[in-house]
Amino acid sequence: MTPLASDHALEIVNLHKAFGGLSVTHNISLAIRRGERRLIIGPNGAGKTTLFNQITGDMRPNSGQIKLFGTDVTRFTPYKRAHFGLSRTYQIITLFAGDTLEHNVTLGLLGLRPERWQMWRPLSYYGDLATEARRTLDQVGLLHLAEHPVSDIAYGEKRRVELAMALAQKPRVLLLDEPLAGLSNTERSTVKSLIASIPRQTAVVMIEHDMDTALDLAETVTLLNYGRVIVDGERDAVISDERTREVYLGT
Amino acid sequence: MTRIALAVLGALLVVLPFFAGDFYVNLASQILIAAIFALSLNLLVGFGGMTSLGHASFLGVAAYISALMTTRYGMGHGPAALVSIAGTTLMAALFGVIALRATGLGFLMITLALSQVLWGLAYRMSDVTNGDNGIPGLTRPMPFGIPLDSAAAFYWFALLVAVFAFIMMAIFVSSSFGSTLKGVRDQPRRMAALGFNPWMIRWITFIYAGFWGGVSGLLYVYYNKYIHPTSLSTTSSAEALLGVIAGGSGTLGGPVVGATLVLLLKNYASAYIDRWNMLLGAVFLFIVLVMPTGIVPGVNKLVAGLRGRTR
Repeated sequence: MTPLASDHALEIVNLHKAFGGLSVTHNISLAIRRGERRLIIGPNGAGKTTLFNQITGDMRPNSGQIKLFGTDVTRFTPYKRAHFGLSRTYQIITLFAGDTLEHNVTLGLLGLRPERWQMWRPLSYYGDLATEARRTLDQVGLLHLAEHPVSDIAYGEKRRVELAMALAQKPRVLLLDEPLAGLSNTERSTVKSLIASIPRQTAVVMIEHDMDTALDLAETVTLLNYGRVIVDGERDAVISDERTREVYLGT
Repeated sequence: MTRIALAVLGALLVVLPFFAGDFYVNLASQILIAAIFALSLNLLVGFGGMTSLGHASFLGVAAYISALMTTRYGMGHGPAALVSIAGTTLMAALFGVIALRATGLGFLMITLALSQVLWGLAYRMSDVTNGDNGIPGLTRPMPFGIPLDSAAAFYWFALLVAVFAFIMMAIFVSSSFGSTLKGVRDQPRRMAALGFNPWMIRWITFIYAGFWGGVSGLLYVYYNKYIHPTSLSTTSSAEALLGVIAGGSGTLGGPVVGATLVLLLKNYASAYIDRWNMLLGAVFLFIVLVMPTGIVPGVNKLVAGLRGRTR
């Protein structure tokens, strides 16, 4: 499953989505190369998360196309896209609160494995899944909490579990929805170096308001406003663009 | 500790007919049947987050198929049981496709509607089902030539089936697939984003629950030797749902305890009070107020609390 049909990991063509008369995604076209680091910025209500939700398939666009590695996935269900190498984290933490950290990450691993249909062997039978889950937890610095339920850990740690679940899947395209939101300065730098260490096989598309941290991680930047792409291109060019200043960076 | 307690309980269950009279043995058989039924419903309600108000469809249809096959078509009990379970499971697959178009309240309403259709059919298609008169004069099977006509023999048969059903459902919910079922109950969107197919997971569970609902229906018709449309009624579905919630949905012991409670109330209270449903309502209200998660989780919490205090 490594189609070389396209240089682009993710391609969005004329994506349009409207709620009633309000178009939240207005003919957006984007192309993200393999392994690229893209930052998506824009004021609240610019349509960033709506864009993510359409990429993952949680929301159907009215028109337009979404391609993963050259394959049109616009009509694919969310789980099918996951098997195409797409993974995401959520702006609002979406974890299995009653279960342990290890179990949460194991579910991330299980999602792409045939063992998920196994109806008589318990999850614990698959030692390699647990080992892999613990390795990923170690990667995000949470191995010592592996046995704790998610409901017991702090907010900043939950953000890292979100990340661990996605990273465990070794995605080829990773969507990060505000991975730094609500974190302390120390946690920020931890998560920042975590994101920086994501292997180059993975293209990372990140929504983030914390420009100081996020810009360091980005190679390219897209500015959205009112569901439209305002500026799009290399990081420095976008930052110095007058329209960026006008829309986002303010006075 | 728990192992010893379980072993004692198991031994007591096996030797029950040696010290209890026929009335109690029969009551125990009914409890076993209701427990299988409640356990199968709990797969949906507790582990899958799919609250169904039409689970009696599977019990009733399995019972009706068996009754019709043995009386009308002169089939033996063996093939009739196979046809009955296969038919019920097939129906579950079909009903699942319809009901799982929705979740939550929509799902509940569709299951309710489907079971009402069946209940109506059982009443109205009197040339097939004998309508309100029901189908009397049925027989019990003779597995391996052993007659099940005595209270004790039937009880042991039911116990065997119930233990097997319990183990099979326990394995199902503890499996890798069971983990994904609980995941879909808690965070369906996240599960889909992780690569799981929530619809398929729910559908498979729905079919499996229908299968065990059918098994309980077979036992039900063997026990009663009679079948009437009320077995398909909403009351029948609701009673089981009450049992599941009162006992503790999403636990393995909960439905068994809940079904026991409902049947004991039904059998004892109805001897003294005409409106035993009122008492059931009051008891249910009490449980929900005192132990909102049900008896089994409530008692577990209580025991854990007491242990913590003595330490």
